[in-house]
Amino acid sequence: MIFQDILFYFFSAILIASALGVITVRNPVNSALLLVLSFVTCAGLWLLLEAEFLAITLVLVYVGAVMVLFLFVVMMLDINLDQLREGFWKWFPFGAVIALVMVVEISMVLMGKYFGHEEMPIPEPKGADYSNTKELGRLIYTEYVYAFELAAVLLLVAMIAAIALTLRHREDKKSTNPSKQVKVRKEDRIRIVNMPTEKKE
Amino acid sequence: MESIQQQFVEILGAEWGPMMFSLATNMTFIFAIVVPLLLGVAYLTFAERKIIAYMQIRVGPNRVTFFGIPWLRGWGQPIADAVKAIMKEIIIPTSANKFLFILAPVLTIMPALAAWAVIPFSPELVLADINAGLLYILAMTSMGIYGIIIAGWASNSKYAFIGAMRSAAQVVSYELAMGFALVCVLMMSQSLNLGDIVNGQQGNSLLNWYLIPLFPMFLVYLISGVAETNRAPFDVAEGESEIVAGFHVDYSGMAFTVFFLAEYSNMILVATLTSIMFLGGWLPPIDIAPFTLIPGFIWLLLKIAFILFFFLWFRATFPRYRYDQIMRLGWKIFIPITLVWIVLLGAIMQLPESIRNVFPLNIWF
Repeated sequence: MIFQDILFYFFSAILIASALGVITVRNPVNSALLLVLSFVTCAGLWLLLEAEFLAITLVLVYVGAVMVLFLFVVMMLDINLDQLREGFWKWFPFGAVIALVMVVEISMVLMGKYFGHEEMPIPEPKGADYSNTKELGRLIYTEYVYAFELAAVLLLVAMIAAIALTLRHREDKKSTNPSKQVKVRKEDRIRIVNMPTEKKE
Repeated sequence: MESIQQQFVEILGAEWGPMMFSLATNMTFIFAIVVPLLLGVAYLTFAERKIIAYMQIRVGPNRVTFFGIPWLRGWGQPIADAVKAIMKEIIIPTSANKFLFILAPVLTIMPALAAWAVIPFSPELVLADINAGLLYILAMTSMGIYGIIIAGWASNSKYAFIGAMRSAAQVVSYELAMGFALVCVLMMSQSLNLGDIVNGQQGNSLLNWYLIPLFPMFLVYLISGVAETNRAPFDVAEGESEIVAGFHVDYSGMAFTVFFLAEYSNMILVATLTSIMFLGGWLPPIDIAPFTLIPGFIWLLLKIAFILFFFLWFRATFPRYRYDQIMRLGWKIFIPITLVWIVLLGAIMQLPESIRNVFPLNIWF
């Protein structure tokens, strides 16, 4: 148990430090990289909770795809930090209210027993052959299938909306069609002219 | 083994002893995987130079030898290259971000080596026999891209940055096709454990391997694997004729060599995964006497070498893809093929038993 405790505190310390770094570091690229670090350590914490499917999916989806695109954008933008900081005090009350709501929500979860909820029993450690993925799949596709399908449709709609909003049809665009290019034969492009050789006088 | 564990318990106590013992055994296993892997990388570069040389009617490296033995001419070349790389100076550009510049090669090699933890070399020989092995592999290979992006950005050079952008877009697009191809494999095997995936291909002969029912997926996986490792003909991230050497243009010495090592160990990883998923891993091609006598580990190595030869062959044969053609191949050809195949496979798996038996060869089950 001691070894697991050490791992837990190790991951938690890195997670808190990197999460603080995300909002305090000046350079947006460094801040995005710190967010990646906090995702990875969070996945480590989830592994300690025996939620290996969620942990690996977090790394696969957020670290492997979302944050790559995020970094892609952040690196290409030339962000002026002074401009970003201009409206800080103007928006501070709004942000503070949101932060307060979040703190209240988290504390309601953590202190559930003071609000009359039964304390959740600590889940039994599962054996080595217990497949987290299979259990999750079974629940998603039987009990929660409608909610799951609804979420998928929502995401699809959001995706199509994002594409529709950003798609611009330019008239002056020149594009190539590779399948047409591949099909080209020699006869289409060149004409071989047969010329009689000239005789030297 | 038991007596060593006893000693650990005696020295460190009942609580820390077993923990430290498992740590020590795991470290030993890790060394037993990584050291041969890096040697394999070194000799893969030698094989690449030799094979491409013979394909182009040249001789290739034929000078450096061990102890002056004449018939080993050329075999010392990888060692000489490694010594040269270690001796060279690592130059850090003045306007580079020093911390990220050094971090980038580390981030590239880390997932390339970490993914080997779940690879089964034979039924018993696997470091971490975890349930979600396939997912772990996908997560690790998707992290390799960070090294390239960070290297491109931290160098503070236009060429390096363009290379990094190209590589990021390419890897993200091909990861989808690769993932979908693996979804087909796990639909057949009904398990995410790599050992179970190989066991699912157990049968009398190579007709039971997933190569045959999933042949289009095999092609998609292999080609996406070439694209994922940024190898020719998909090496626009390096593109030495347009952007000098892409993301590692500013790297030198050992820092450059680490990128090189990561690229080649990723190649070996993709070849190993292809052999495990589609070519039956450690299983012999035909289950009769002369073939079954050879240990499974040797079969796996032979299959890896077979797939690696394709990588080298591609490099010697094909011209580099144009960038828009790479994107077209990934998004408009591979992803639709894999999606259709997943639906088809699911439909066949749901057919009633009596209809499934009508299939002539019944290669699907």
